[in-house]
Amino acid sequence: MRKALLPAIVIIIASLLLIRLFYLQIIDDSFKLKSENNAIKIKYDYPERGYVYDRYGKLLIANQPSYDIMVVPKDVKEDEMNIKEFCSLLDISETFFHEKMKKARKYSPMLPSVFLPQLNKLEYAAFQEKIRKFNGFYIQKRSLRDYQVDYGANVFGFITQVNENIVKKNPYYVGGDLIGRQGIEESYETFLRGQKGVKYILKDKFNREIGSYKEGKYDTISKQGEDITLTIDGELQKYGEQLMVNKWGGIVAIEPKTGEILALVSAPNFNPALLVGRKRSKNYTLLHNDSVAKPLYDRGLLAEYPPGSPFKILTALVALQEGVIDENTTFFCHHGFSYARGRFMKCHCHGGAMQLHNGIYESCNTYFGNVYIRTINKYNNHSYGVDVWSKHVKSFGLGDFMGYDLPIGKRGKIPTSKTYKKIYPGWNWDGKTIVSNAIGQGEVLMTPIQLANLMATVANRGYYYTPHIVKKIKGEVLDKKFRTRHVTTIDRKYFEPVISGMFDVYNKGTAFGLGVEGIDICGKTGTAENYLKVNGKRVKLQDHSIFVAFAPKDNPKIAIAVFVENGYWGKRWAGPITTLMIEKYLRRKITRVDFEKRMLEGSLKDQYAKLYPRKHQDSLALLNERVKDSMEGLNKKQDSIKGVKPKNESKKDTLKKK
Amino acid sequence: MRHQSVTSNIDWISVVIYITLVIMGWLNIYSSSLSSIAGETSIFDFTQIYGKQFLFILFSIPIIFVILSVEAKFYDKYAIVIFAFSLLSLAGLFVVGKTIAGQRCWYGIGSFTLQPSEFAKVATALALSKYLSDVQVNLKDFNRQIQALMVIFLPVLLILPQPDPGSALIYSVFFIVLYREGLPGWYLLTGFIAIVLFVLTLATNSPFIVIGITTVVLVINYFRSRIVDRNIIASVLLLLIVTGFSFSVNYVFNHVFKQHHRDRFNILLGKEVDMKGIGYNTNQSEIAIGSGGWFGKGYLEGTQTKGGFVPEQHTDYIFTTVGEEWGFVGSVFVIGLFVALILRIIYLAERQKTKFSRVYGYCVASILFIHFFVNIAMVIGVFPTIGVPLPFFSYGGSGLWGFTILLFVFLKMDANKVNEW
Repeated sequence: MRKALLPAIVIIIASLLLIRLFYLQIIDDSFKLKSENNAIKIKYDYPERGYVYDRYGKLLIANQPSYDIMVVPKDVKEDEMNIKEFCSLLDISETFFHEKMKKARKYSPMLPSVFLPQLNKLEYAAFQEKIRKFNGFYIQKRSLRDYQVDYGANVFGFITQVNENIVKKNPYYVGGDLIGRQGIEESYETFLRGQKGVKYILKDKFNREIGSYKEGKYDTISKQGEDITLTIDGELQKYGEQLMVNKWGGIVAIEPKTGEILALVSAPNFNPALLVGRKRSKNYTLLHNDSVAKPLYDRGLLAEYPPGSPFKILTALVALQEGVIDENTTFFCHHGFSYARGRFMKCHCHGGAMQLHNGIYESCNTYFGNVYIRTINKYNNHSYGVDVWSKHVKSFGLGDFMGYDLPIGKRGKIPTSKTYKKIYPGWNWDGKTIVSNAIGQGEVLMTPIQLANLMATVANRGYYYTPHIVKKIKGEVLDKKFRTRHVTTIDRKYFEPVISGMFDVYNKGTAFGLGVEGIDICGKTGTAENYLKVNGKRVKLQDHSIFVAFAPKDNPKIAIAVFVENGYWGKRWAGPITTLMIEKYLRRKITRVDFEKRMLEGSLKDQYAKLYPRKHQDSLALLNERVKDSMEGLNKKQDSIKGVKPKNESKKDTLKKK
Repeated sequence: MRHQSVTSNIDWISVVIYITLVIMGWLNIYSSSLSSIAGETSIFDFTQIYGKQFLFILFSIPIIFVILSVEAKFYDKYAIVIFAFSLLSLAGLFVVGKTIAGQRCWYGIGSFTLQPSEFAKVATALALSKYLSDVQVNLKDFNRQIQALMVIFLPVLLILPQPDPGSALIYSVFFIVLYREGLPGWYLLTGFIAIVLFVLTLATNSPFIVIGITTVVLVINYFRSRIVDRNIIASVLLLLIVTGFSFSVNYVFNHVFKQHHRDRFNILLGKEVDMKGIGYNTNQSEIAIGSGGWFGKGYLEGTQTKGGFVPEQHTDYIFTTVGEEWGFVGSVFVIGLFVALILRIIYLAERQKTKFSRVYGYCVASILFIHFFVNIAMVIGVFPTIGVPLPFFSYGGSGLWGFTILLFVFLKMDANKVNEW
């Protein structure tokens, strides 16, 4: 017994120690993680974002260096450091400092978080000299966008810091990373951003770096972002934005042969440089809160309207395809027609015998109403009739997202028999009931890009390519879906008579007098009714001015849709703008200067002020002031630092790429 | 011829385990001290601690040869002299001792330092063996018990005020030796119960719970015993003692202990842990070991080790390097070596022909065991932080030589047993 005690204790104790070790080393996983937090520091190497060029190789977006002040809260000794000096260096308040520290500590006391993002070079230089005084703070260099042009904000989108949701969802991003939002920055994020490099660095208990972890076995090298060439014609885009100054609306221009978007204008617009740097978030909020002018709302892609008269082109094409009319089918117009008891559709044409040709260029409601009724009523089963029509119309890419390469969009709406089953349950409706569709009212909704695509399809006599905004990504073949020809259900032969009608829109019809000498333009005016809900009541507002066109008639180079909110009828605003855009694109210069001047200077501001009484500040007016102020401020600061007076150098801070 | 007999009779199993432990210790010291140094230097760089440890290991070889060549009888004969000399060396610290980190337990000789308490263990073991091997000594006798305890407590009295509680704690293990040689069992039982009550009082933080539990146990015991054995007075007395003990533990803990002592216990009991301050050592050493997994991060690849997060890693916390870099498998191997060595020594001790060498062998096994247990238990966070080296493993000349002498004196006795009759 006495002999057995010591061996027994030895064995029992050793077993207990082994059990504890087994628990520590095998069962409890938490120590591995703790050890990594302890001893391994992850360093990121952010590659420069890809540059963006226009279709002719003009540089649109470059980069400028930017500096984030990062903080590791546990290393900050707030009671020892000179907070006052720190705050005055960065031009922040002490309450801001404490708030930020609290937030950072809440995120993690051990991990770095962004204390102050996007300092420019000058702010950085001033801070850099003193950074040794402030333990726990360091500077992370990133690259910010440097816009070479002052247009295209809606096309480009912007870059911003990732939020927590994105970090949770996408393991690539960590807090403080930048990500593209909206426009091409969002849809081509993975190409533009490249691949950040990761370095695992061993650190010791004093947080000093003592070398790479496992000789860099797990490290990755950063990959440069890809440069992207847009299909956008920079000059055309700029011109479009100029034409739309003081008007609200959108312009979408497409090259019919390829589906390349030449211009995508949304008005009102703003300088893309507003969404860069420390003021980004403030500016963005201001733009975002402007619920009247909605400068962030991309009207070219998002605005759904009843398309109005341009839709008549489709009505005619479907009817021809279905064989319910031919070119000579005639209807008589008495400034409108009565299609059902007590129902009368007004018409502004000259009246008389209408056939396809003059029906189009005079935009005769009576003619198209009758054509539509015939189309729907061709089959005894009207539901079937509607679905046949609907199928033809949808083959133009309507009623759905088109699959273009921008992150936002709207479906628009093309009704089917289901729609009417819902609207008229148990009612024996027919073509007359839904005749408004014939002239692009009723249940039909389209976005400007869909209108432009419709024009491209007509210009191509029956096919289109999915519109897209990116022409080339270095080393990448364009996505197959942009190289696939979508053929409509309308035979090629039916397009010619319609096109010849559209050609005469300029010569004899609703756009008479807008034409350009030597360019054969085919177009169609439109006027879309629109309503606003005021205090729960539907109030009819001034019509939107719409125009669609393509040119030249043979071998078309551009298809375009323009709409101007509350711009009365098509010829007044949208028509001239369309013509100017076409001339600009095809000839690079404008011959009718007076005409151009009227459009550039024309303003609908008073009209908008009347229609939409403002509850908020005019964000754009305010921002334009700010841009001016900040430029002056920057120049002053530069002067004081360098003692010389270079002008507007901020633009030249561009990081030069090899 | 004599030399021949030593090599043929020495217990090679113990020698091989000893060499393995020493070399593993050295490799781990090398790894643990590479931290923060850019570029790896030679393991033989004598300006670094691993270089010094190599020197200590080299110097162990002549020590071993001297021990093995001395007559075995020498240790028996001069045990008391050695003990006296050792006590003197401990007492001398108060006069010419060198203070390092608040502890006055070193003699400084040039840049080297010697820690006499490491050698005092050997001397105490020899003295105790000498005393117990006297045929007249019977540990059932109260006076003999007092005398035996005095042998143990003399060095403790000199070591405690240095202060070196770690080394002092080691001497408690001699009770196991005394028990083996006839000390009544209630000494150990009382000690064991005292420890249980101590931990229980601290864990519950209320003497009343402990008293309550004790009362229940005593009442059950009272009614379960035969009527004749029932002794109400003894039970009440026992309860009173427990009550007093429990209250005094509570009092001592809260009023006599210093805060850092309290903290060391609180960490173990899972109370108030400040991982940056007092809990740092234990926390970091648990992280290092815990992150090792099955097979560890590989030799010289431990991130905790390289980062120097574990304090005193080359001395008392050397086992964290094993845990981190060699994983559970490596830890099992090292623990296995220690258990094998200790059990082997117990086995050898039991087959000794003289009482002197048997008691000494038992002392060796016990001393190795208590170091092994306290050190590893502390490193893995189940024992309060207390400075006790891991035998043969931890950095330090005095420690290595002390344990080498301790072990090889016994191996010499064991090798010599055939010549004794």
